[in-house]
Amino acid sequence: MTYDAILAETVTITGHGGDPLEAYSARPLDSGSRGGMVVIHHMPGYDSATKEITRTFAVHGYNAVCPNLYWREAPGAAPDDAAATARAQGGVPDERLVGDVHGAMLYLDSLGNSNGKVATIGYCSGGRQSWLANGSLSLAAAVVCYGAFIVGETPEGMPARPPLGHLAATQSGPVLGLWGNDDKYPTPEQVDEIEALLKDAGKPYEFHRYDGAGHAFFSVDRPSYRPETAVDAWDKIWAFLDAHLAG
Amino acid sequence: MCTYQTELLEVAGSGKGPGGEWLRVTDASVYVDHPVHAMAGHTLNVDLRNPAQGPAARVALELHPDAARLLAEAILRSLDAVPEAVLAAG
Repeated sequence: MTYDAILAETVTITGHGGDPLEAYSARPLDSGSRGGMVVIHHMPGYDSATKEITRTFAVHGYNAVCPNLYWREAPGAAPDDAAATARAQGGVPDERLVGDVHGAMLYLDSLGNSNGKVATIGYCSGGRQSWLANGSLSLAAAVVCYGAFIVGETPEGMPARPPLGHLAATQSGPVLGLWGNDDKYPTPEQVDEIEALLKDAGKPYEFHRYDGAGHAFFSVDRPSYRPETAVDAWDKIWAFLDAHLAG
Repeated sequence: MCTYQTELLEVAGSGKGPGGEWLRVTDASVYVDHPVHAMAGHTLNVDLRNPAQGPAARVALELHPDAARLLAEAILRSLDAVPEAVLAAG
């Protein structure tokens, strides 16, 4: 029988500006050399579904950590209350996100079984942030799950998010993009635009687009969940990480 | 998608919050985005909050957009149906 124990626990990492941040860590306990995943939670917060995703990476052989991006605004609060508080205060600034992901990278690097490689994954707003981190930091790879507002104008009445298309040129690791063709943010045309930017920049990438799926198809606790799509997309993630993060 | 859209306003009143306790509410956030609990992709969300008492001092609503419109219209009808003097008297 293969030894498959993992340890999942709340830890403190050092985020942007030296701020202490709560984070959820999950890692295999065997003696293997492990790549690290930074899991960037979606806008509804540092919730149980995101923690489950973090544990899933550990079960599949990666050290994983999910920083609580709302810790500064609402230390110790329930995830939904923290999300509401952070939202009322304007949300997470891009510069701070990059600093927090960098802190998560340092945490993963500090683990005794680290292989020195770190990747990011993010969903929804976190997809945009995974792209942002990969374009701003030195990562081994990045997974972008239906990240909106990487390109394209924000609709009227919505606060503009700085477009991040220019970061195609600085994507440090290969990009795995997972998209639903029924999504409106980003539209399939915007996904084409992101792909063209990567192609023009000569950056390695792998995109998968799914019919019959829209935004948030990975979310098992929401009606947007699309089991067939999610299962296939998880397989794409494992193959991608095996190529770029494992070992 | 995460809309990032948020209307913020000051309010005065009370709401029944965590643990069935009443709390004074001083601030409201109104936005359309992913719900935490409602079974929908997007809902009209209202957070009635008292930030001075911490993040948990919150009464939250997540309403289907049609329900939110009906509720908003009902609120306005109710206010309009009452003589101005009654509202002015507080």
